[in-house]
Amino acid sequence: MRITTTVNGQQRVVDDVWEGESLLYVLRERMGLPGSKNACEQGECGSCTVYLDGVTACACLVAGGQAEGREVVTVEALADADGLHPVQEAFLECGAVQCGFCTPGLLVQTHDLLARTGRPSDPEIREALAGNLCRCTGYEKILDAVRLASERMASR
Amino acid sequence: MDFLQPSTMAEALAAKAEHPGAVPIAGGTDVMVEMNFDKHRPPALLDVTRVSELTEWGMDDGRVRLGAGVSYTRIIDELGDRLPGLAMASRTVGSPQIRNRGTVGGNLGAASPAGDAHPALLAADAEIELQSTAGTRVVKAHEFYLGVKRNAARRDELITAIVLTPPSGPQQFCKIGTRNAMVISVAAFGLALHPDRRVVRTGIGSVAPTPRRAYAAEEFLAAELESAGLWESRAELPTALAREFGEKVKAAGAPIDDVRGTAAYRLHSLAVMARRAVTWAWTDYRTARGT
Repeated sequence: MRITTTVNGQQRVVDDVWEGESLLYVLRERMGLPGSKNACEQGECGSCTVYLDGVTACACLVAGGQAEGREVVTVEALADADGLHPVQEAFLECGAVQCGFCTPGLLVQTHDLLARTGRPSDPEIREALAGNLCRCTGYEKILDAVRLASERMASR
Repeated sequence: MDFLQPSTMAEALAAKAEHPGAVPIAGGTDVMVEMNFDKHRPPALLDVTRVSELTEWGMDDGRVRLGAGVSYTRIIDELGDRLPGLAMASRTVGSPQIRNRGTVGGNLGAASPAGDAHPALLAADAEIELQSTAGTRVVKAHEFYLGVKRNAARRDELITAIVLTPPSGPQQFCKIGTRNAMVISVAAFGLALHPDRRVVRTGIGSVAPTPRRAYAAEEFLAAELESAGLWESRAELPTALAREFGEKVKAAGAPIDDVRGTAAYRLHSLAVMARRAVTWAWTDYRTARGT
C-alpha cells in the first residue's frame, strides 16, 4: 500500500509498504533514515523513539499505515544548519555515547523531556528515560548529559 | 493482509462486521510485537486511531465514558482525580513511550491476566461497552474476562469504551515486578472502598488465569467495617483486620510458576500488597483525602 506522511517537515510518499510493516522499517528501509535504531522490536529498548504527532513513541510499535497523514520527527531532525542540538552536544561532551546504538532514542526522549520540563529533577529524568536501555554506559554519563543540556537550555 | 482505516464509528463497525478476523490496532504495543516476531498474522489490521469516539473521554450522566483508545498518558494527565485507581495503574504501565501509545481498550482486547488496567477496572466496578452493527451492549468488568487471553467481545464487536463512576472513596493499586519501569507484573492488586454503598471491591492480576475479584475478601472486610461501625467512626483500622484481609485476598489467587515468578511468591506478595493497600486506603478515608 501507499503511505503519505510528513517526515522531518517534508512530505514523503512511499509505495509497496506491507500492511503489517512497522513505521521503523518504513523509515529505515524505505525512506533512507537509519538514525532510529532497530533493536528489540517490542518496545522494550527505546532505540527507535521518534515523535509521532508531537508525542514520543517507539516506531517499531506503530504500523506504517497508522502514520498516514501524520507528522513524524526523527533523530535526524534534531540538528539544524547551526549545528548540533544542545542535547546532542551534551551527550558528546559528557561521554554519554559509547557504542552509540541507544543514543538516537535517548536523544529524542531527552529532547522531549526538556521541551516539557525546563529543569527536571533526577527522579524526573530517570522516569522519562526509563524506557531507553543502554548496555554500555551504566547511565551515569547519560544523566550528566541530560543535566548539562538542561542547564544550558534553561540559561539560553 | 488488509489494512482497514475507518475514520468514523459507523465505518469502523461496518469494517469489523465485514472482516470479523481483523485485529483492532490502537497503540500497537501488543499487536505490533506479534507482527514483528511473526507470531500471528491476522487477515487484516483495523486501525482504530482515527475514530474520535474511541480516542476521547467525556462525562455522561455523572459517569466517565472513557474511549477505549485514550492513551495511558492522557488518563494520568487528565483523569487522575476522577479515576484515581486507574490512573495509579496507568503510571505503572511500560515506559513513557508505551504510555503515550498504549490504551485500556488494548489491555481489554488482549485480556492478559497480567494487564495493568484490569485490577483497577474490577475494583471500580467498571463496565465495558461493546459495539457492533447489531447494536451496543455493556458487560461488567468481572464478567468480561473469560479465560487466558479470552474476553467477552464477539468477533463482530469492537471494544468502544469503559464506563466508570467517579469514586465515593479511596482507591489504591499495587504491582510487583523486577524493576519500576517496563515490567510485566508478577502480581498486582487493585482496591476501591465505596463508602456510599458500604462495599469493598478488589481486583487481582497475574495470579489466576484471568484478572478476577477476591469476593470473599471483599465481603469479609465490608462486614467487619460495618459491624465495628468503622465507616462512621473513621477510627483506626485494626492491624489484625488488615492482615486477615490480605490472607483472604491471597486465597482468591490460583497462580502458576513461570519465568516471572513462582506461584508461592505471587501469593505471598498478593497478601502483602492487599494488607498495605487497605491500610493506605483507610488512612486516606480517615483523613478524607479519599473523600
